[in-house]
Amino acid sequence: MAVEWYLVLSALLFAVGAGGVLIRRSPLVILLCLELMLNAGNLALVAFSRMLGNADGQVFALVVMVVAACEVVVGLGLIVAIYRRRLPLNVDELRGLRG
Amino acid sequence: MEAVAFFAGAIGALGGAIAVVGLRNPFYSVLALVVHLVSLAGLFLLLHAEFVAAAQVVVYAGAVMVLYVFVAAYVGGIQEPVWEPIPGQRLLAPLLGGALFIELSIAVLGSSLRALGDEGPTIPAGFGSPEQIGTVLLERFLIGFEAASMLLLLAAVGAVVLAGRKREGEEAASEEATS
Repeated sequence: MAVEWYLVLSALLFAVGAGGVLIRRSPLVILLCLELMLNAGNLALVAFSRMLGNADGQVFALVVMVVAACEVVVGLGLIVAIYRRRLPLNVDELRGLRG
Repeated sequence: MEAVAFFAGAIGALGGAIAVVGLRNPFYSVLALVVHLVSLAGLFLLLHAEFVAAAQVVVYAGAVMVLYVFVAAYVGGIQEPVWEPIPGQRLLAPLLGGALFIELSIAVLGSSLRALGDEGPTIPAGFGSPEQIGTVLLERFLIGFEAASMLLLLAAVGAVVLAGRKREGEEAASEEATS
């Protein structure tokens, strides 16, 4: 398969993730949609690594996985903290920082 | 044969992604994301990224998704309200997503990279193996590797500080002590 197929698929997955972030209101599902976008980026990185015959892109994909794991851990910690304080789990009601 | 494997993986990944966005129950969304990640690992295998595919299955579909499942079960079903804070949000968001897809596709396919149309160069045996990735990671990107380990440590400490139960108990105890 040509590399462009992988890149178009990656663009499609990224768009689905971005649309999910815009539509959904639950912070848990928004984190899941962020995962979709990061994985679309990973797919593009690995496809470029195959296109160039160079393993650097795969190392970047691994680092993206590390960053995604950190983001998940902190995000889920925030969700648990919000739930413990009996605050609504809805990003439209959690807008105290908006000013 | 490779095309069949690619389209199977692509359908799995895309179906999983759409299910993540579309399903109402967050628990089912998490399970759909597992399908998405496993399909993506298959695509990584097609791209000769064996170590990344294995890491994807073990780290993502294994560890991170278990964390998600536990939090989804702890928080329970979240009822998303029917009212829309921004009028027409459910209509506008897919439109914006579609526009983003078209824009990214134009940017990729119009980039006139000559290597886009073929399968890439013939690669040596052992491309993407743990041995090669380890060599690149520890020789060329050693500082990035160490920074990633620091980041993981900080995230773990931050999560414990954020979600730990002990802190509330301490606050309550100090409040009792002052009152």
